[in-house]
Amino acid sequence: MALNQFCLVCGGTGCESRHSDAVYKNLKSAAEELGVGNQVQVVKTGCFGFCEKGPIVKILPDESFYVGVKPEDAHQIMAEHLVKGLPVEHLLHKTHGHHSGWGEYASQLYQKQVRIVLRNCGIIDPEDVQEYISRDGYAGLEKALFEMSPTEVIAEVKASGLRGRGGAGFPTGLKWENTRKTVSDQRYVICNADEGDPGAYMDRSTLEGDPHSVLEAMTIAGYAMGASQGFIYIRAEYPLAIHRLEVAMQQSREMGLLGKDILGSGFDFAIEIRLGAGAFVCGEETALMQSIEGNRGMPQPKPPYPSESGLWGKPTAINNVETLANIPVILLKGSAWFASIGTPTSKGTKVFALTGKINNSGLVEVPMGTTLREIVYDIGGGIRGGKAFKAVQSGGPSGGVLPAQFLDTPIDYESLTKVGSMMGSGGLIVLDEDDCIVDVVKFYLDFSVEESCGKCAPCRIGGRKLLNLLTKITKGKGTRADIETMRQIGFAMQRASLCMLGGTTPNPILSTLKYFENEYLEHIDHQHCPAGKCKDLITYSVLASKCIGCTVCARKCPVNCISGERKSAHFIDPAKCIKCGACYEACKFEAILVS
Amino acid sequence: MSASVLDKVAEPEFSPHLTQFIKDWKDKPGSLIMILHQLQQQFGYLPRAAILKLSREINLPLAKIYGVVTFYHYFKLTKPGRNNIQVCMGTACYLKGGEDLLQELENMLGIGVNQVTEDGEFSIESVRCVGCCGLAPVAVCGTVFGKLVPEKLPEILGKLKAGGEQP
Amino acid sequence: MTLQDLRGLREALKAALARRFSGDHTIEITLGMGTCGIAAGAKETLEAFVNELKTSAVHNVVIKPTGCMGFCHSEPTALVKMEGMPDTIYGNVDAKTARRIVQNHILEKKLVDGHVFDRPSRDILKET
Repeated sequence: MALNQFCLVCGGTGCESRHSDAVYKNLKSAAEELGVGNQVQVVKTGCFGFCEKGPIVKILPDESFYVGVKPEDAHQIMAEHLVKGLPVEHLLHKTHGHHSGWGEYASQLYQKQVRIVLRNCGIIDPEDVQEYISRDGYAGLEKALFEMSPTEVIAEVKASGLRGRGGAGFPTGLKWENTRKTVSDQRYVICNADEGDPGAYMDRSTLEGDPHSVLEAMTIAGYAMGASQGFIYIRAEYPLAIHRLEVAMQQSREMGLLGKDILGSGFDFAIEIRLGAGAFVCGEETALMQSIEGNRGMPQPKPPYPSESGLWGKPTAINNVETLANIPVILLKGSAWFASIGTPTSKGTKVFALTGKINNSGLVEVPMGTTLREIVYDIGGGIRGGKAFKAVQSGGPSGGVLPAQFLDTPIDYESLTKVGSMMGSGGLIVLDEDDCIVDVVKFYLDFSVEESCGKCAPCRIGGRKLLNLLTKITKGKGTRADIETMRQIGFAMQRASLCMLGGTTPNPILSTLKYFENEYLEHIDHQHCPAGKCKDLITYSVLASKCIGCTVCARKCPVNCISGERKSAHFIDPAKCIKCGACYEACKFEAILVS
Repeated sequence: MSASVLDKVAEPEFSPHLTQFIKDWKDKPGSLIMILHQLQQQFGYLPRAAILKLSREINLPLAKIYGVVTFYHYFKLTKPGRNNIQVCMGTACYLKGGEDLLQELENMLGIGVNQVTEDGEFSIESVRCVGCCGLAPVAVCGTVFGKLVPEKLPEILGKLKAGGEQP
Repeated sequence: MTLQDLRGLREALKAALARRFSGDHTIEITLGMGTCGIAAGAKETLEAFVNELKTSAVHNVVIKPTGCMGFCHSEPTALVKMEGMPDTIYGNVDAKTARRIVQNHILEKKLVDGHVFDRPSRDILKET
């Protein structure tokens, strides 16, 4: 008889630590014992993203989901469920009722993810418009063009509660309404795909996996606002995304979904791609428009807002890729459906690029209101290598660093701002005990200083000054007065900078001074880097008691600063050591001391 | 610098594709950056003489073009090596040892970031997030080398030097 | 194209999709080919699938590229859909695993142990 049932046992790190391996072995032997070895296949899988309830066993094809399975339960599952077809009730995952702010929508899910923006990513062929259409693609546009007036479309987007996903969270419907209200012969729709935040790639993935959703949304936006021209401003560093957009635009034009008289409605809309050229500040909307106009990407004072006077002085609405990808679904499924997901102030989902010291790095989309703990531990599978969680960084160079005490904060625009970070575009970087907070903050400052356009003094001078102070601290030469100076400069920059790049540059410093001031003080008072990252503050030496003289470290050392006879303790010359850590990595006897 | 000095530099040849692109775009508002991308694509960087020629063709002051070129990191004014190795310094790569890769490369090649080896074979560039954070740390040279450790660099450099064949 | 054309096309495509996995026994392999997937070796994987299907004389398989499935930690990824087997996402699909997928999953109807992943979420477009 052929195989007809499958028993999936989670082999993620969380479940492994709770003996999922024994569950797997016991299920296999139970299948043999019960004589169903040729009908039931037991396999080990990747993480299910539900680590708190592990180990997990899922049965296919009936999709039963068992949680907290112990090795001794294996036999019962095999005998009852797989042989007799009777579910083992007490191990089945019970649907937990209302979850903080998820709305009833997600209540029966074991999966924490809800994919609206990424609905087609990983499912359709992005270079085949037919695949997009078969999954209700362009049905939102149909509805807008033939069943709704432009103002009704705007009302629908407003009612959905959708807010800008680029970071600031301005209500999208309101932006459209303001743009529409400005009297003009031409208006513009811009898609901001200048994803410059290091460690974030949500927009790239969306454009690579589902370019038509963004084209459809821009066309809907154009109809709603009375604009006939759209621009996609995209990083030149994303060649695949650009290619797929070009293919998609070509297909849409050929099918009459873009261009003149779309679907016979009489509405015209054209889209053009404009390439960025590697300037982080161009993610700021006024700088972005300068760049499209062919100038240096310098931010301009606001007001006037782009909705009043934007690209070439015409009213312009600038929406980020992720914001736009929500639009077709909102029209298709209705604003009420969309607004049922999320928290009272933040509706829908947010896509995060989860990276850093995490087991399952990846692209995740969760309802607003999901907690950081759920993302880090359930979806992310916890910290790599069993290390201790230290903090999570959100919002990139404009954001902040949140320690463990905020793991249970439900994520939305307001809650993250309240605790000193920000939603940002969606990079979530997990730090573990080996990461030095001061060093990470210096990394971000270094980025912001390099990317400052230099137009306004607070950003140009303040950022450089902050970086100098941080460098001083990481070299062990800082003073306590430097901390106060950094705070003052930071506050000044927040208030006086022309654009948000300058205004948010001090955020990583200010948020870490709030939660990790002790770590700064360790560097200042004791010239000590607790994580052992700041190279000027550490020395490598050989513990003579543990060294067996195997010579591995001496052979690994790139500058030949380790000496010693075979089978006797070695010695590191501190004057020549470049602190690369190669000896530490190489030593199998823990004989290299970092201090 | 007087224009006459620049005029003595041999005028570079623009490819038919580039010439057509300039023709199609030069009258569109805000086309400068798009044209510069095409120019850099043909030469691998933006040679001074090519910028001068462009300035005449699209009738824009040289100062305006240089203003734009020097503002954006993507535009290069010096010729990169035959193999331009880009080391990602996005956050994920930084945390996972991107800096060690960069340092090791600098040691091995004897050049710093944005410099070219004497034989014109290699250059090093430090770039911001190439978007492969799941593979951190990464370096890019034709293909993406993911989950890199310094020990793998000699092999990669050897293969890059050996020819067009990417390992 | 007019509104009626678009609606007609969509219905026809949906019907064809429904037929694919019941009537005409087509097997579909969807390969994650975003930047991460390609960087992790998706092109070699694609080649391995094509060669292995050719040597095994399996002709009813459609291989299509897709974007990112979100499993950056286990790229390249592939989704296999065929009658008589659950829709299965495989991670860390190198050339060797691709050959095993053809042999075990497609020919013997057995899952390839150690590479299976659960789908990340339900499909919002299939809910009413």
